[in-house]
Amino acid sequence: MALDKATVAKIAHLARLRVADDRLEGLASELSNILTWIEHLEEVDTEGVTPMSSVVEANLRQREDAITDGAKADDILANAPGTAAGFFTVPKVVE
Amino acid sequence: MADLTDLTLAEARDGVRSGTFSATELTQAHIDAVEGARGLNAFITETPERALAMAADSDARVAANDPRPMEGVPIAIKDLFCTDGVRTTAGSHILENFTPPYESSVTQNIWDAGGVLLGKTNLDEFAMGSSNENSFFGPVENPWRAADDGQSRVPGGSSGGSAAAVAANIAPGAIGTDTGGSIRQPAAFTGIVGMKPTYGRCSRWGTVAFASSLDQAGPMTRTVQDAAILLESMAGFDAKDSTSVDIAAPKFEAALTGEVKGLKIGIPDEYRLDGMPSEIEALWTQGAEWLRDAGAEIVPVSLPMTQYALPAYYIVAPAEASSNLARYDGIRYGLREDAEDLTDLYETTRASGFGGEVQRRILIGTYALSAGYYDAYYLKAQKVRTRIAEDFRQAFETVDVLLTPTAPSEAFVAGSKSDDPIAMYLNDVFTVPGSMAGLPGISVPAGNAANGLPLGLQILAKPFDEQTLFRAAHVLEMAAGVTARPTQWWKEAGA
Repeated sequence: MALDKATVAKIAHLARLRVADDRLEGLASELSNILTWIEHLEEVDTEGVTPMSSVVEANLRQREDAITDGAKADDILANAPGTAAGFFTVPKVVE
Repeated sequence: MADLTDLTLAEARDGVRSGTFSATELTQAHIDAVEGARGLNAFITETPERALAMAADSDARVAANDPRPMEGVPIAIKDLFCTDGVRTTAGSHILENFTPPYESSVTQNIWDAGGVLLGKTNLDEFAMGSSNENSFFGPVENPWRAADDGQSRVPGGSSGGSAAAVAANIAPGAIGTDTGGSIRQPAAFTGIVGMKPTYGRCSRWGTVAFASSLDQAGPMTRTVQDAAILLESMAGFDAKDSTSVDIAAPKFEAALTGEVKGLKIGIPDEYRLDGMPSEIEALWTQGAEWLRDAGAEIVPVSLPMTQYALPAYYIVAPAEASSNLARYDGIRYGLREDAEDLTDLYETTRASGFGGEVQRRILIGTYALSAGYYDAYYLKAQKVRTRIAEDFRQAFETVDVLLTPTAPSEAFVAGSKSDDPIAMYLNDVFTVPGSMAGLPGISVPAGNAANGLPLGLQILAKPFDEQTLFRAAHVLEMAAGVTARPTQWWKEAGA
C-alpha cells in the first residue's frame, strides 16, 4: 500500500513525532516500500486461525493486591528534566 | 601467568575459586583490556571502580571459603539492562543521561551469583538494528576484518558491543537481548556463541522494552559451556515479570554430555534461500554431517511459513515498540526539548531524541495499530504468527532440534546496507521465525568464510528444552573445532 504525505503526517502526529515537511515525501516512499514487502502476508490463509496473543502457553498469574513498594518520590523525580516542589513540571496546559 | 583475558568464563571461574589468581587480578586484566580496545567502541559506559569493588567482595568470599557460582567473573552488560546507579542509555539520545535507581532482575541474578560488572556495552538504539550502526554513541567495529579488503566490518546487532567485547577477549562473557536475532546474528558475525533462551526463561523486568512479546535476555560467550554457565546465573522465575515462567532453571552446564547419539536433527528445506552464499550452504551441510558422524539422525523437515516470518515480525515488533516507546515523553525522565505547549514538547522531544530507524519503526507500528488498518496488518500478523508456531510444533513431533545457518552472510562492510531498510532486515531471516514462536536458539561458531570472517550455525529447540539445545550445540562446537581468533589490530589503534 502506498502512503501519501498526508497519511505520514497524520501517523507522525498520532505518534507525537515532529516530522519536517521536507522529510514527508522521502518517508512516505520508504514506509510504502516496507509495507509493500509486508503485504506478502496476504498470501497466507488465516481463515479460522486464532491470533497469537502470547507465545507462552500459560494464563497470566494473579497476584495479591498488596502494596509492595513506595515512598520513593526522590528516586522517581531523580531523572526528570523538570521538577518543582516534589512534582514533575510541564508547560502550561490550562488557560 | 598466561594472559587472564584469554581464559574462558569456566576457566576464569575455576581459577578464582581455586585461588590460582584473585578476582581482583582477573578484573584488573579485563579493565585494562577494555581501556586498550576503546577503538572498537564496544562500551558506552565503563565501570572500573565498581568492578574492582565487586572483585574485592569476591576475593573476601573466596577467602571465607564461601564462593558463589560465578564468583569474581567480569561480565559486560548490554546497555539495555537497568543498572542501579549506573547510566543506562539504550543507545539513545533520549536516555543519554538516564541513571536508573533500580537493578534489572537478570543483572541482579548475575551479581547474586558473584559476577562483576565490567561496563555497559554499545547497541543499536533501543535494540533496533542488525549492524550496531544505529547507536547514538556511534557504531561498534567488528574485531574481525576480512583478509582480502581490510575494511571495517559491522559486528552485527543489536547486541554488537557485547559481541565485540567477547570476541576481542575484553570480557569472558556478556549478556545481550534477542528480539528477532539480536544475540544470535552478532554472535555469528563475531565468531562467538550467542544464545537466546525460551521466551519466559529470563525475566524482562528492568530491561528497556522494545517488543515485549519477543524480547529475551541471553548469554554471549566464547564457548557453549560458558553460555550454559552464564544462563544458569541469569535465568529463573521472577514475580515482577508477568510473562516469566514459573519453572526452576535446570543445571544447564550439566547437560553438556558430549553425546548426541540417537538425537533427531531436523533440516528445514525452506531455509535454503536463493542467492545464499555457497560457503554458507556448504557449512550447513557440513554441520549436519558432523552431527550425523557423532551418532545423530538427520531428518529433512518442512516449515512452510518460514518466508512469512520476517514480514509478520515487521508488523508485530514495530507495533509493540510504538506502544512501549510512548513512555518517552520528555516529562518523567530522559531528554526534554522545551516548547510552548505540551503537544509541541512531546513532538519536538521525541523527534530529537529518537534516531532514524527508531522513528521509522514507531511510524510503521502506529500505522499498523491505527483505526482502519488494525485488522489488515496487526491482526493478520498475529494470525500468521500462530501458523509459524504451529509449523515448529509439528516439526518437533518428529525431531528434537533444528539445524540452520544463523545469518545469510558473513559480517558485511560498515555502511553497505544503511540506505536499504529491507536489505538490513533480511539479516534476521533465519533467526526471526524461532523468535516468533518463542523458541530457544543458539549460534555456534562453525567455520570461516574464504576471506577469514567467522560463520555460525544455529540450533533451535523445543520450548524449555535448553538442555538438549546446549547438548547438541556442544557437540557441534567440538566437531567444528574453530580455533581462529581475530588479530588484535585495535591494540595499536586504541593506544
